[in-house]
Amino acid sequence: MARQVLLIEDEPNIIEAISFILSRDGWDVKSHSNGHDAMDVVRAQRPDVVILDVMLPGRNGFDILADIRADPELGQVPVLMLTARGQVKDREMAERAGASHYMIKPFSNAEVLDVVRSLVRT
Amino acid sequence: MVESAVTGTRIRERRVQRGIKQTELAAMAEISPSYLNLIEHNRRRIGGTLLLRLARALGVEPQVLSQGAEVALISGLHEAARDGSAAAAERDRLEEFAGRFPGWAQTLVDAYRHGEEMERMVQALTDRLAHDPHLAESIHEVLSVVAAIRSAASILVETPGLEQKWRDRFHRNINEDSKRLADGANSLVWYLDATPGSEADIRSPQDELDQFLSENHFGFAALEADGVGGIDAVLEADTLLSLPAARELARTFLEQYQRDATRLPRSRLEQALGRVGLDPVALAEDVQLDLPCVFRRLASLPEDVAGPIGLVICDGSGAILTRKPLDGFAVLRPSGACPLWPIYRVLTQPGVPLRMRVLQSGRDARPVTALAATEQIGPVRFNEPPLVRAYMLLLPAPQSEEPPSPVGTSCRICPRPNCVARREPSVIQDGF
Repeated sequence: MARQVLLIEDEPNIIEAISFILSRDGWDVKSHSNGHDAMDVVRAQRPDVVILDVMLPGRNGFDILADIRADPELGQVPVLMLTARGQVKDREMAERAGASHYMIKPFSNAEVLDVVRSLVRT
Repeated sequence: MVESAVTGTRIRERRVQRGIKQTELAAMAEISPSYLNLIEHNRRRIGGTLLLRLARALGVEPQVLSQGAEVALISGLHEAARDGSAAAAERDRLEEFAGRFPGWAQTLVDAYRHGEEMERMVQALTDRLAHDPHLAESIHEVLSVVAAIRSAASILVETPGLEQKWRDRFHRNINEDSKRLADGANSLVWYLDATPGSEADIRSPQDELDQFLSENHFGFAALEADGVGGIDAVLEADTLLSLPAARELARTFLEQYQRDATRLPRSRLEQALGRVGLDPVALAEDVQLDLPCVFRRLASLPEDVAGPIGLVICDGSGAILTRKPLDGFAVLRPSGACPLWPIYRVLTQPGVPLRMRVLQSGRDARPVTALAATEQIGPVRFNEPPLVRAYMLLLPAPQSEEPPSPVGTSCRICPRPNCVARREPSVIQDGF
């Protein structure tokens, strides 16, 4: 069975592009575009990897990540954070919150693919 | 003897200096401690025998209490002395200093206040860049769209044998996103520009001047040669200029305006326009005046007289002093302008005016005729290079086959690649 990636991102064309490249690589990609109820979706889907945008409508990615890490059943899920904020303090905040990897927009498709693969291997 | 409203403060300062308790001094002056407390907080005015009794008890002349150095000045010195860098100040001799050298004391207090204001302004501007939610949101929006375009473009280029339906889909996405990118970039320009009336909440004196001039459409009927009223009346009627420095800037602008209106009255300018048309060089020749004066007068005209006219004025360092925007040509103050603009090129050859047809990058940009000239400021001195100010009049460019010279807005938001004048990377270029 294909491994599942949950992409939480509010930019529809980013969702489409990332879904395309990961699907072609054999991943089962689900997406969600709202921060408000993102945790419900994570709990329901139980993905192998979460790709999480920082700035989401309803709730920011750092808060969602904190909830994932605090959840005993989801705490170990690898989370790749995507953000347009490249400041050092944002990177540090993501690391402190427990992000497995942190990627700054605009990113390359190959980079996303490599990181997602590596997150599952580790 | 009439006491000032701050006599009580002086009494309190003297008492504290001498280490006398309020109850002790009250007893010496034969009044209740609560009444002395009211006096010390300037809530009761005193005079006559009570002042004499208090002065005697404190061992000072009554005049020292009633006519000492202004308490506001002393209070200001106390504040300055509390500053960490003033550890060596003789705090116990502040009143003596203020009394003996009131001018120097006031200068010191003014410098301290000015430093405080500067610190507040720097902090506010730093906070705006670091924490402003609108700015962060706009940048996020732009970079997200860039990420989407980049991903889709990579898929189109790097996926061999991509099916037609996917090709169409990603082409459509790129098309949609490129439009959104243009809108996002414009939104950023708008915000960084902090145009008058915008929601930007950090206001410098220059911001207030911009808003004041914009609200008045750069024209002041009261200051025209046949107008009634004067600069004071214009400033008194204004409600936009809250900062003292902004009022100073506005006064300087209006004084120049009044001089120009005297040299070139509106009626004479309109007659000359009728004779030679909207040609600033021909107008200057016709009215026998210098180009900067003609530029300033043209910029003061209502749009229904000569159409839209923009004006940018900068000093010798390139700092923009005045900006009257023209549709299709963005003029940003906070983020620095483009060194390719004629107004900056003319600074390299003062006295030689420039006329260029220019076009900025950006979806809303339109070709503009830019005329630039310099003006010497200050007195002429032997062996001293002149100080100059530069002017750039902006007019909508007529249709022409001559291609306009490409220029930018501000490096940070200018996408022009391989620009020799670039001083910093563009947030729009980053990542491409």
